[in-house]
Amino acid sequence: MSDFFVRAVIGGIGVALVAGPLGCFVVWRRMAFFGDSLAHGALLGVAIGFAAGIDVNAAILVVCVGIALLLLGLERQKRLATDTLLGILAHGTLALGLVSASLVEGARIDVMGYLFGDVLAIGRTDLYWIYGGGAAVLLVLAWFWRPLLALAVHAELARAEGVPVRAARIVFMLLVALTVAIAMKIVGVVLVTALLLIPAATARRFAATPEMMAILASFAGVLSVSGGLGASLAWDSPAGPSIVVAALALFVAASGLAIVFRAASGARSTKVETLA
Amino acid sequence: MIVRSLALREAPLSGGQALLRVEGVSIALGGRSVVRDVSLEVNRREIVSLIGPNGSGKTTLVRAILGLLPLVKGRIAVQSGARIGYVPQRFEPDPVLPMTVDRFLALGTAGGRARRVTVLEEVGCTGMARRQLVELSGGEFRRVLIARALLRDPDLLVLDEPLQQVDLGGQLELYGLIGRIRDEHGCGVIVISHDLHVVMASTDRVVCLNGHVCCSGAPDAVSRHPEYLALFGARAASSIAVYTHAHDHAHGPAGEVMPIEGSAKGPDHRPGHAHSHDHDHTSDREAARP
Repeated sequence: MSDFFVRAVIGGIGVALVAGPLGCFVVWRRMAFFGDSLAHGALLGVAIGFAAGIDVNAAILVVCVGIALLLLGLERQKRLATDTLLGILAHGTLALGLVSASLVEGARIDVMGYLFGDVLAIGRTDLYWIYGGGAAVLLVLAWFWRPLLALAVHAELARAEGVPVRAARIVFMLLVALTVAIAMKIVGVVLVTALLLIPAATARRFAATPEMMAILASFAGVLSVSGGLGASLAWDSPAGPSIVVAALALFVAASGLAIVFRAASGARSTKVETLA
Repeated sequence: MIVRSLALREAPLSGGQALLRVEGVSIALGGRSVVRDVSLEVNRREIVSLIGPNGSGKTTLVRAILGLLPLVKGRIAVQSGARIGYVPQRFEPDPVLPMTVDRFLALGTAGGRARRVTVLEEVGCTGMARRQLVELSGGEFRRVLIARALLRDPDLLVLDEPLQQVDLGGQLELYGLIGRIRDEHGCGVIVISHDLHVVMASTDRVVCLNGHVCCSGAPDAVSRHPEYLALFGARAASSIAVYTHAHDHAHGPAGEVMPIEGSAKGPDHRPGHAHSHDHDHTSDREAARP
């Protein structure tokens, strides 16, 4: 097995572990479009990184955090709805990124690689980014777990109970920005949100508590990344789409399993009722 | 200096005075004046009902009391160290977020599991700790919300429309529960409601709000007040009948009379007393509904 593939699997697993719990919050708080906007903006970060000659990962992170903060500010005005703002930011920054990437002189930027993920491009430095950034995200998430969960359940009740709702909101946006920045290397800009959403959606059917859903989502993510990268190696298919296809297959299989399981337990409980 | 501001908004009240005092408060939402020059007091062991038509500022006033909205004018003083428990109005459990009753209760407080089980028993939700929130009925979920508020050991309990999505029998039971909580915890209670029947029968004091305070006082005094009658019209008249009648029973599914806990009103109103109503309970239940 070649070095680059081992690095891609290690990196992918790191990304999946972080994307699971954070993806649950994205699903609970209905912020899928927000994740998408950040991801699209990441390409602008790539272009800026190349143009300015600074570390591309750092440039991506700065742009994602910038978009998150910009959105926080813009949300206060009422003339445009949040989804409109997100659309403007998502497509505006993606277009800006594509145009700037074509204008950057010298290094030719592998745009397709950034859009759909490129396992060949995962270097040792990227692994440090993924595991360093991922550990930071998980630590902060654990630290803010309760306020974030209270906010997801009912924002006003949380506020009345003294939860620092505003701080929790900002922290969450920054966490999503950081996660998108580290995950786009593996799955690519276009599909990064899928890695947040699909494993969390898969986990929902089997979870009775939010914590269980977060853990199961990580697990589903790790399975998807391993399966997808394996398929990518075997058939030479693009890494990001392969991972997302694997995640989708897992979601469909889990849904089918859950329906069968529910039908079976439903039949059992009816039997008990008739006996009683 | 910094510690002082933790528990208190505005100036603290010394012990022995009202639990909550709202003085000349005005509140605006998006530049529009919603509450104008409202004053009211809530004492310990007192149930105060806020009534008024839609858009009369009930929820706005309560949100200001909770510290969720800024005041344009006036002040809100909470007794020193008093804690507020809150049961919000609009709250549908989200099917996307898996959540057991026990986990939901733990989210609001730091106490142990045993305490949560006890409080669940107190609100009449024994054995529901492991149920999913989305599986609960409207009435059950209201009770769980009340349990969450109770876990904070509130000195003041604030309930915004607790009777929504609860059927009539369940409403009377819920008000019975609120009364028992008042008796056992000694807390003051603010209830927002627009169901006049239940309010008039189960409250110590009624504040009728329509931007400003139209009238306030004991339920029977308010229900004869001209401003109250002007505001609620025909509905008000029927609520007087219910109040003076002081029901102490609910009706079961077959129309049979069932006693309501903690609302014995006197010798003439025990279960099974003779009604002087113009309808018959056993043969024509539909007509008995307001």
